[in-house]
Parts: sequence; C-alpha cells; structure tokens
Amino acid sequence: MFKMALQVGSTHTPEAVLFWIMAPMAVLAALGMLLVKKAVHSALLLAWVMITLAIFYIAEDALFLGIVQVVVYTGAVMMLFLFILMLVGVDSSDSLVENIKGQRPAAILAAIGFGGLLLSLIGRAVSHTAAVGLTATNADGNVQGIAQQLFTRYVWAFEVVSALLITAALGAMVLAHSERKHISQRQLSVDRFRQASLADTAGLPASGVYARHNAVDVPALLPDGSAAPTSISSTLEARGDIIASEPFELTANEEEEN
Amino acid sequence: MDISNYIYLSAILFTIGAIGVVVRRNAIVVFMCVELMLNAANLAFVTFSRINGNLDGQIASFFTMVVAACEVVVGLAIIVTMYRSRRSASVDDASLLKR
Repeated sequence: MFKMALQVGSTHTPEAVLFWIMAPMAVLAALGMLLVKKAVHSALLLAWVMITLAIFYIAEDALFLGIVQVVVYTGAVMMLFLFILMLVGVDSSDSLVENIKGQRPAAILAAIGFGGLLLSLIGRAVSHTAAVGLTATNADGNVQGIAQQLFTRYVWAFEVVSALLITAALGAMVLAHSERKHISQRQLSVDRFRQASLADTAGLPASGVYARHNAVDVPALLPDGSAAPTSISSTLEARGDIIASEPFELTANEEEEN
Repeated sequence: MDISNYIYLSAILFTIGAIGVVVRRNAIVVFMCVELMLNAANLAFVTFSRINGNLDGQIASFFTMVVAACEVVVGLAIIVTMYRSRRSASVDDASLLKR
C-alpha cells in the first residue's frame, strides 16, 4: 500500500533516492568550497549546495522556502557575492602560508571534534523519531499556511524584520559610499609613506640619471651601480622599446677606476 | 530512509562551513562559508518543521533567510570598505594591532 505515512519516521522511496544522490554531491561541493583556491570556484560550488538545499526543501513539503531559496539565495545573494568578487579582484587567490603556526591542523581537529559531537548528540535525540509530516498542515497550501502564521503569530517579528532590512540597506549605502574628493599634495605624500615598501618613497628615479647614455629608454643607475628598471616609462616597456639593463650596470672594477 | 538523515546532512554542512570560516583567508570565501552554515541551519529547521508537523520551523527558516540577506549586504559593504583602505581582501592583512 502506498500511503502518505508509510512508516513512522521514514519517507517514500523516491525521496530516499533523491536524498542519496543529492546529499553526497552537496557534501562534496561543500568540501570543494574549502579546497579550491579561487574564490569564484568557491562561489559556484556554494551555489550548487544552495540549489541542492532548495530541492530538499521542496521534497520536504516546504515549497515556499524552496522557491525563496532559489530566488533569494542562488539568485540575489550569490549574484551579490560574485559582483563583489569581481569588484575586489578575481585573481586574489588565497595565500597558502600559515600565519599562525599549526592553525590549520588544529582547526580541522577541532572541527572533527565539533562535528562528531553534533552528529552523536543529534543521533541520540532525533534518529527514528516519529515524523508527523506536513500533509495536514499544508492541506490549504504551504504558502497560505505560512502566510497565516506570518501575519498572525509572527506579525511583530515580521515588522521588526522590515525595519532591519531598511537599516541594512542604509548601512550598506553609508559603508560603500565614497566621495570623489580632491586629493591634496599632503594626502599624496601621506599615501606614499603608507605603501608596503618604502623603497620608492622619494619618487621613482628618472631615466638616464647617472646612466651612461642620456636617453629615455636607458635605465637610471642607483647609487650602488645597479640599474633601476622602474626608471623607464611603462609605456616603453609595454612597446618593447627597452634595452636590457645589464649592459649599463657598473661592474666592480669599473667602479674602482672611477 | 530515516528522516533524521536530513539533520545529519545539515550537521555535516554546518561543520564544513565552520572549518571554512577558520581555515580560509579570503574574506569573501570566509563569508560564503558563513552562508553555508546558515543554510545548514535552515535545512535543520525545515526538517524539524516536518518532524513536528507544524510550520514554525519554516517560519524560523524564512526569518533566517531575511536576516542572512541583510547580513550579506552589510558584510560585503564592510569587505569593500576594507578592500578600499587596504587593497586586499585577505583577513590576514588586517593585522595592524599585531605590528
């Protein structure tokens, strides 16, 4: 007999097939999120996990949430993520250098402990529980049921959430807004000293300075006799109109002659 | 199939998200892992709703989604601001107090 509640706590066979196909793939995609180097690939794998979850929601009689999951999460949120990813720089891949020694193994160990704890506790609490199912609750339709709850019992929370949404939108505008203002000389010099390296703080060397040839495509010589490739305009470099800087470097015995 | 398998899946996804938050360096990837954890919690909510036969779990899940959307907007704005001032989206680069 194919009835709605076949057994207490278990589901129909099609749902089991769906689960055992989709769930391992979702877990693999989530693991892939951790392992891939590029942030864009992480985003795509996360989108896959979210779509899988949407399918699970629909399979679990939560039609409204399944659609909202696709529209809000995989649609809006992931698009926002990709948008910011493009803005911040796609090629900024993770550094694999550990800043805190032994942080990664410790984190994985702690996570395994945490996951084990979670799984064992949930296993004790939930496994083989009697599932009531949503057939009776969804008799008038899932959306209608949610709407009824949302606008009666949870109406206060609903209103507060609308305030939260407006606050978040305003906050994002304030945070992301930047005024194009005039950059003063003082600001320029401050910025020069805030660079990662202070090597070029006094400005880039001009080409031909202390060099053997007074030409724009000849690199300047630094006080120690080495050539300064940064002294040549990047336009010349891009065109390939640049002479290799080694012949212009002073060798040790030449320096003695001088 | 036992219905608690959904809860197990949710716990596994939550744990993977937690590892990601601690291990990854790119602020955006860390943020995506937070989203994964929120999604895992949502799956648990939906399953509990089915186990208990009422819609309270689904309502909680709905509110989680709304709050997550707010959180994404503000969080990404913070990441963009951080990127503007430090030219990097790596969480390790924001270590001014250490130096």
